[in-house]
Formats: sequence, C-alpha cells, structure tokens
Amino acid sequence: MEQDTKKKRSQVDDIDRSMYDFIKDESGQEHLEAGLTPEIVREISEKKDEPEWMLEKRLKALDIYNGFPIPDWGPSIAGLDMDNIVTYVKPETDQQASWEDVPEDIKDTFDRLGIPEAERSYLAGVGAQYDSELVYHSMQDSAAQMGIVYSGIEEALHDEKWEGIIHDHFMTLIPPTDHKFAALHGAVWSGGSFVYVPKGVKLDYPLQSYFRLNARGAGQFEHTLIIVEDDADLHFIEGCSAPKYNVANLHAGAVELFIGKNAHLRYSTIENWSKNMYNLNTKRAICDEGGDIEWISGSFGSHVGYLYPMSVLNGRKARSSFNGITFAGAGQNLDTGCKVVLNAPQTSASVETKSISKDGGVSTFRSSVVATPKAKDSAATVSCASLMLDDRSRSDTIPAMDIRCKSVSVGHEATIGRIGDDKVFYLMSRGMSEEEARTMIVNGFADPVSKELPLEYAVEMNNLIKLEMEGAIG
Amino acid sequence: MSEALLSIRGLSAGVDDKQILDTVNLEVPAGEVHVLMGPNGAGKSTLGHVVMGEPTYEMTSGTIEFDGQDITELSPDKRSRAGLFLSFQAPVEIPGVPLTSFLRAIISGREGIDMKRKEFRKRVRALADELEMDRVYLDRELGVGFSGGEKKKVEMLQLLLLQPKLAILDETDSGLDVDALSVVSHGMEAYQRQCNGTLLVITHNTRILEHLDVDRVHVMVKGRVVAEGDASMIADIDANGFEQFEQAASAE
Repeated sequence: MEQDTKKKRSQVDDIDRSMYDFIKDESGQEHLEAGLTPEIVREISEKKDEPEWMLEKRLKALDIYNGFPIPDWGPSIAGLDMDNIVTYVKPETDQQASWEDVPEDIKDTFDRLGIPEAERSYLAGVGAQYDSELVYHSMQDSAAQMGIVYSGIEEALHDEKWEGIIHDHFMTLIPPTDHKFAALHGAVWSGGSFVYVPKGVKLDYPLQSYFRLNARGAGQFEHTLIIVEDDADLHFIEGCSAPKYNVANLHAGAVELFIGKNAHLRYSTIENWSKNMYNLNTKRAICDEGGDIEWISGSFGSHVGYLYPMSVLNGRKARSSFNGITFAGAGQNLDTGCKVVLNAPQTSASVETKSISKDGGVSTFRSSVVATPKAKDSAATVSCASLMLDDRSRSDTIPAMDIRCKSVSVGHEATIGRIGDDKVFYLMSRGMSEEEARTMIVNGFADPVSKELPLEYAVEMNNLIKLEMEGAIG
Repeated sequence: MSEALLSIRGLSAGVDDKQILDTVNLEVPAGEVHVLMGPNGAGKSTLGHVVMGEPTYEMTSGTIEFDGQDITELSPDKRSRAGLFLSFQAPVEIPGVPLTSFLRAIISGREGIDMKRKEFRKRVRALADELEMDRVYLDRELGVGFSGGEKKKVEMLQLLLLQPKLAILDETDSGLDVDALSVVSHGMEAYQRQCNGTLLVITHNTRILEHLDVDRVHVMVKGRVVAEGDASMIADIDANGFEQFEQAASAE
C-alpha cells in the first residue's frame, strides 16, 4: 500500500508537475488542510517567551514557507506528510514514543555500539533526557574561563548581553528565502547551541554539542549559531554514532557559522539518524579575510538526506575545506555534498568526498563551486570517490561549477568503483573472512575522513562501518 | 605418497570455459623445496592461485589435499588458517590501511601466532630489520606507493610472521629486479631456517634458486606438468630453455 503511493508520487515527480498538482493528488482523500498557521507559530514563540523581533522573524519565515514549492530536484520526500506539517512541529503532541515502539535494529545497534543504558532511552526519544548535565556544565565552565560562551541558544536569547548579537546574525546567513525547509526552520525552530569565541581566543580541545550532551539540540529544528571572532580558533563537534530515533521523521535544522579575520573553525559531524528520517538540514559558514573553515562530515543515517554544507569565502585569502563521507545502505537515498562561493581574491577551497552505497542504497554527490568576478587568483578542487558494494546500489556524481573570473583555477576529479575481487582474494589468502576483508577495504576507503576526526569518533565511525558491513556478504 | 604435505591430483581449472590447467598432478612432501618452472603462459601462476582458492578460477576436476585434509572446497581464508601461504607476484594495494594494522589483523586469532600488542610490535620491527625494510613502511598504507622490492619485502615479512606449513611463492615475473630477487632469496632462506618450511617456488628465472637447496623440479607446459626431476634439471633448463619440453608437449 505504502509502496503504491510512493510509486504514484514519484511518477508525478517524474513528469514534473507543480506542487499544486502534487497536493491535489494527495488531498483526493478527504482530510482537512492542516497547514502551519500564524497562531501555531505565535504559540511556539510565546512558550519560549521570546523577544518580539524573533516572533516577527518567525512569522515572516512562515509566509515564505507557505509560498514555496516543495523541492523537486532531489530524492523524493513524498514520504513526508507535508499537508500535516503541524505534526512535526508541535513537540508536545503525541511525539513521545514508547520503548516498545523503538525499532529493533536501533536497540540492536545500541547494544553493539555499547551505548550506556542511561543514554539509550534518551537517544531513542522515549524517556527523560539523558543525565549529561554534569558533563555539559563542566565543559561550559572551562570554556567560560577563557571567555568563551557556550550555551543553549534559547538561553542566550534571554541574556541581554547576547540578544543583540543573535539578532544581528540569526538567519542572516541562511535566510528563510533560501528554500522551503529553511523557511520552515525559521518559523518553527527550537533549541540548539550558541557559541561565541572572542577575539584571539584559541580553544585547544573540541567543544561537543550533540544529543548526548545538549538536550536542547535534540529536536528536529535546532539552530546552531557559532561566532568565531578574529584570530580565534575553535573545533566544534556535532553528532553521535548511535542512531537517533524520533517518531516525527523530519529534521530541518540550521547551522550558521561566522568566522572572523584569520580565525579558524573546524566543524565535525557524525550524523546517524534512524533510517526513517528525512534529513533536510542546512549548514553554512562565512569567512572573513584569512578565515578558515574546515568541514568534517560523516553521514550514515536517515532515509532521505539533503545535506550540502556551504562556505562563503568573503575575504581575501579565506579558505574552505570539506572532507565528507556518506554511507547509503538499504532504503537510503542520501544526496550530499558541498557548496562553495569564492567571493574574494586569493581564496581557496577543496572538496573531498567519499561515498559508499550498498544493498540498493543510493548515494549522490552534489557540489557547487561558484567563483564571482571578485575571486581573482582563487583556486578550487573537487574530488569525489564512490564505492558501490554490489550491483543493486547506485552512485551518482553531480558537480557544478560556475566560474565568472578568468584567473580562477579549478580542478575536478571523480571516480566510481567497486571493491576489486583481487583485493578481497589477497586479504582472504591471509586468513580474513570475506566480510572482514571487505570491511577492511571500506574502512581504508573511509580513512581520509576518519583520520580527521578525534580518536574516539574515528573509532566510533569505524565501528559503524563494521556494523553496516555485517551481513553484507551473500 | 599420502605423506605429502600438499598433494594435487587430476586438477583441471579455467576461466569462463577456457581451460588453463589440464589434469595436473603434483606432490610436495613436508620440509622439501620444489620448483615449478615453465614458459610464459604455461599456467604456473594459475596453479598457485587455484591451490590458494582464488574464486576467479573454476576447478573442473581433481582434488587438493593439504596436511591430511581435503581443502578442495575450502575458501581462501580457511586454507590460509590451515597453514597455506601464497606470496603474490603483484601484491595489491589497500589504501587507507596501515601496514601494521593489516599485519595485526592477519595474525589475529591464530593459535600460537597471535600475540600481545607490545610483543607484536617488537616482532614486526625485528622482521623489518631482518628484511632490511625501512621501519617507516610499517606505518604506510599497505602497498600504496611501494616499489616492487618493497612489496616483496612485505610479502616476505608476512611469510615469516605467519610461519605457514607451506609457502607457494609466485615469482613468475619478479626476476627482473635485482633488489626484489635478493629480498625473496633472503626471505626463503629465513623461512626455511626459522620454520623448517616447505616451499613451492613458481618461476622461470633460475637465478632466484641459486641459494636454495632444491629437492625437485616440475616443468609445466600448456597447463600440464610434463616433466619432473631433481635439481640438475635447473642447469639443463638454464642452458637449453623450455623448448625440449614444449616440443614433447605438442608431440603428444
């Protein structure tokens, strides 16, 4: 039955009808239009006791949201109940799952990743929040000693010292006009992190904000705002190797990163949403002169993912590097990549991605490099390598380049391959089982990303790959 | 004859209906050094790979017995764990996997060979020194950017680390590089000395055999073993080549 509707919808997608047809198609069933209303948005804002300007931003975003078509250029999101978007938005209404409802494969993965009992119910979205306040606060305290602010964004919004700064930055980098889900985010965002690193301050350990640590960031529409002032340095980690389960299967968060002159930010993510999730997250960084943004990104979870962290290089000699890996297994369609805008002289960007697909999974690499006329003597390289583990899986590469400046040098390289039988035989001839051999090859393939991660995350990622590879044979 | 460590009987094999090996019979008793020689394309290398269980080749008849066990149906990893080793003519590269991690993985769970981390590091370093391999290679990605000689060193290092009961060395083309040659010679010597090993050396280059005390020579032409004899055959082949055997084979 579900298959049927999906098929029907994708056929509609194929002939590229407008969203109105799309909706009509669905509303053939008699159900009430349960769209987002200003009242709902007001209610959210009121509950958070927000400043008036934030409510206005929300309402403006709502307007934009309602006027936007559903994107039709990527993997199908027909499985989302767009007519009933309210169910994703109102967190108190029957969103709480019970432990019995948590899918077996997730419970199983908790076991095998060795996730502590206390964390499981939290990660599974069923229970009281995992008691990590202590860890969180000690991290907060030690950062504070250096003058760094690290808090929940809603908390910071209530602090008059930070309200102005948030006002000046919030959704300026990702305006609600960007796309439908950015607009949705702007209207209903909730929770997330705020980090402010003052001029010249360099933190020598990573700040971590993820489901295990920051309850406020656990939702579907969390907003992360990080400001790294001139000459400052930060490594921020967002993510978790354990699958995060949510009854509501839409994630439309936003991450806005502001990097000052000669400042450096490394933003690492391991995303492993449960495999019913539509992950439509937007991440963006802007770099001033000599600023440096490094993205490290691992995408393992979700049913459908649209994820393209973007760097806007706005000052001379600003740099961006993106190092990502995407693993699409059965039932997953992950459309990932990176966007870069070279908008100043002597900027440079490198995009390096790896993608793995297996058991019918679809992995698409999509990138966009834009060099404006201001990008004199800039350079960009894009390289992506894809590995398909069987004949049923799919891998595509869609790199776009728009170069409007003569002195820009660009390079692109793409390889799509399979695991060589000769390699598997070699490893097996040394005593490894076929599964061990393939896992070793895949882990090696992922190595350029995992070696960029802090050790404990690299270990977790390797374990994840191992889990994904189990039973991949035969 | 059943005391032979490796015993190949009536083995035929090929790829996609193309027969490469034709009823091959060959026995290697424990502790001996055998050489399999023959002109290019005779199927020597294929025999080594078939004995190791490479799935590319389909075995159409025959049996392979090893150490008293019929291994004909076993997968390559099981053959390896039974004590069989194949040194590759052209070892593969596995990007992203450091040599040390790879070595650690291949000894893991092997009785009498698996060891504690510290001991392992010591052992691997000692073997690298013995094979005159720069230790920096231990942290490099397996095979990636290694020269022919370095790749051979890695093969020999594995041979000495795994201490198999029987090692098949596929040296079909390696005679070209003097450095690689001496690495293999050295590895074979060490293997015999340390493990009292049994060897089946596949080659058409007799120089590799100079330092070896060869017990028996098998000559393969067009997928068949057409002649066998003692070490004196090597000098004969050196002087006269394989022509005599090729003529005999086509006369059949």
